[in-house]
Amino acid sequence: MKKYGKFAGLIVIVVGTLLWLATANSTETQTYYKTVPELQKMGDKAYNARLRVGGDVETGSIQRVGNQTQFVLVQEASKLKVVYTGTEPLPDTFKDGAQALADGKLERDGVFRAAKIQAKCASKYEAKPGNLMKPGQAPNINNGKSI
Amino acid sequence: MENLGALAILLAFCVALYATLASVIGRIKNKPFLVVSGERAVYSVWVLVTLASGILVYSLMMSDFRFAYVAEHSNRSMPMLYKFASWWGGQEGSLLLWSFLLSTYASVVVFTNRRKHRDMMPWVVGVLATIQTFFLVLNNFVANPFQMLATDKLIVAVPDGNGLSPLLQYPAMAIHPPMLYLGYVGFAVPFAFAIGSLITKQPGDAWIHTTRRWTLVTWLFQSTGVMLGAAWAYHVLGWGGYWGWDPVENASLLPWLSGTAFLHSVMMQEKKGMMKVWNIVLVSTTFFLCILGTFLTRSGVVQSVHAFARSDIGKFFVTFLALGIAATIYLILDRLEYLKSESELESVISRESSFLFNNLILLASCFAVLWGTLFPVISEAATGDKISLDGDWYNRLMVPIGLFLLLLTGVGPLFAWRKTSVESLRRNFQLPGIASLVLVGALVAAGMRHIYALISFGFCLFVALTVISEFYKGAKAIAAKSDMNLLRATVELTHRNTRRYGGYLVHMGIVLMFIGFTGHAFNQAEVKELNKGDSMRVGVYTLKMIDMQQGGNENYDWHRATMAVSKNGEYLGTLEPEKRFYRASRQGTSEVGIRQRPNEDLYLNFAGMSDDQKRAVIQAYVFPLVSWIWIGGLVLIGGTFVCLVPSKVKMQYARTEVVGYAKKNATVQK
Repeated sequence: MKKYGKFAGLIVIVVGTLLWLATANSTETQTYYKTVPELQKMGDKAYNARLRVGGDVETGSIQRVGNQTQFVLVQEASKLKVVYTGTEPLPDTFKDGAQALADGKLERDGVFRAAKIQAKCASKYEAKPGNLMKPGQAPNINNGKSI
Repeated sequence: MENLGALAILLAFCVALYATLASVIGRIKNKPFLVVSGERAVYSVWVLVTLASGILVYSLMMSDFRFAYVAEHSNRSMPMLYKFASWWGGQEGSLLLWSFLLSTYASVVVFTNRRKHRDMMPWVVGVLATIQTFFLVLNNFVANPFQMLATDKLIVAVPDGNGLSPLLQYPAMAIHPPMLYLGYVGFAVPFAFAIGSLITKQPGDAWIHTTRRWTLVTWLFQSTGVMLGAAWAYHVLGWGGYWGWDPVENASLLPWLSGTAFLHSVMMQEKKGMMKVWNIVLVSTTFFLCILGTFLTRSGVVQSVHAFARSDIGKFFVTFLALGIAATIYLILDRLEYLKSESELESVISRESSFLFNNLILLASCFAVLWGTLFPVISEAATGDKISLDGDWYNRLMVPIGLFLLLLTGVGPLFAWRKTSVESLRRNFQLPGIASLVLVGALVAAGMRHIYALISFGFCLFVALTVISEFYKGAKAIAAKSDMNLLRATVELTHRNTRRYGGYLVHMGIVLMFIGFTGHAFNQAEVKELNKGDSMRVGVYTLKMIDMQQGGNENYDWHRATMAVSKNGEYLGTLEPEKRFYRASRQGTSEVGIRQRPNEDLYLNFAGMSDDQKRAVIQAYVFPLVSWIWIGGLVLIGGTFVCLVPSKVKMQYARTEVVGYAKKNATVQK
């Protein structure tokens, strides 16, 4: 069964190489996805990891200081101060009340330095009646059953 | 009208359920009239789903904002094309599109096989109708496209809708989802035949012969869909990439990878009677990956730029997948003895072996992509932390995998069946091998140090030369024998064995695409805030902003910069990158300015206005060789079309065998 030994050997080499590539230096390629309250429960572990934090942009918190933009992400009474350090202009959808995803690292001073910000308006995919029409004449969206 | 639509999909659900039961019970109890009524039910489902789709499309076109779906995904000022495209712009509509495509495919299958495979067809219909029933459950009870807007039991229309996501208001994107869906849905057919063949314990490879063309067409749609997606990302998203290992992109790639493996391994079964179990496993895997792909795209279970929406639709998909996979595994295990291999592997350097490794690598890459895509879910279940893997992780795995596959593309087809002699290896590979080494040497001498790029260019030349020499050798023999010029002989050669030479063309397309991918190693990027009159440099280009304008129409507002491009002092023309902000959806998009040339693209993105609103932020990129990806994609599509043309030799054979049937078909085939 020498030839099957050869096949087995080759297959082991191929699969082994791939496993090695997949697992080596894994901390560099892993990003933790957290909400603001979850981040605060992480403790010291949070300082070394790459993080993607999701929350709402607190109304009135966006400040521009020199070249940097600062704002506060808020969710369920937890708050996180974020400084945007990236070079790309912030997305148009980034504004008060928008849902945002900040990509970066948490510094020891408790400030989150984000290299990338993704944002979406609350109404992007799911319609909210208030955004569909002028205020004062907003009907509710019911499902067909109540008709 | 709205009630008619809702009624149509409800009836379609009942009829699809009936089709499943009638076909299966009719087959088991041997009641031909039940079987026939099951097949007719398939047609009825098509009529009903088409009616429902028609009503949805009509209300989109007419901007009937009493429909919740229309209000969310369309608005008055959109062009007609995009109003139509809103059909698949949201969850409810795209699931209806799934149902529509599936019912169309099922009807075509029932019609074309109305006199063939009588023992197997009831099961095929049963499987297809089961899938149809599942999707109609979603259409009716989970994501109903015919929900109305209402206040106090009164149906009310809103003045204007939210509009289709502006990212989708782009021609390639408008047809990208249906292309992918045509591919996704299409794999239901070979899957159904495989299951039918398993249940009825078919002795031969009937299911493979019947579905070969299906599989190829489906694969063609998938390839086109994936390519369109990449082209869309490059031209619209404004970040200059064509692939970001986003979960939804991965979802479209997964069935393509396993489908490609399937296309190769069926040859082993046809030629050698090997890998029978494996083929059933592959076609089932591909089908379930298609369902998984729809699930990932639709449920938002994995965070992605495409799928922000979360919904409870996931439970239905998970249940369907679990039941389907369990049933398939049970069937395969139960029928193992009918799937015995007729021959065995003889040598490591043989065609069989190269197919084996092709499959191993494709499946490994498929598993890797699946693992990476689901890693947030897996890690959350295992450790409680939701961890995602970024593009670097995929690249580290997929670049070596891709290079190995590229090499196999070149050597595999030239290995002989059973065992390859050293002499034939030398004859086939000596010249291409030496040429590639010379090329790599020259590139190193020219200062290129990127190791993967060097390997990739070397392999590309190697594979291209082996493919060209295959054409040349064959064509020369024909040219000498039948007194033709080389060009006509090449056409003749391809026509005699379209599958083989079409396959070579597809491989050539892959090589060209790899040349394009490799260019990625040499990208250059520059960002600058510019006022009118300012200039910047990227690569060899000097860019000067000669004008900046803004304006708006009823659909969107725009900012546009006019950039004069020059290279070494020579004026090359202007590019006009534009930033749009869509009013209805309050979302921005980029219309990038691209100067496309075979050697490199100059790519300008109007990223936005600076914080003080005075200067424009311009991102300038140089992307070497990127056009070859699109050219390679077209060659790949062309090659697949060649594969679909019946071979000349086979047609003559068919004529001598069954004269009446072949004649009727021959006219169609030409």
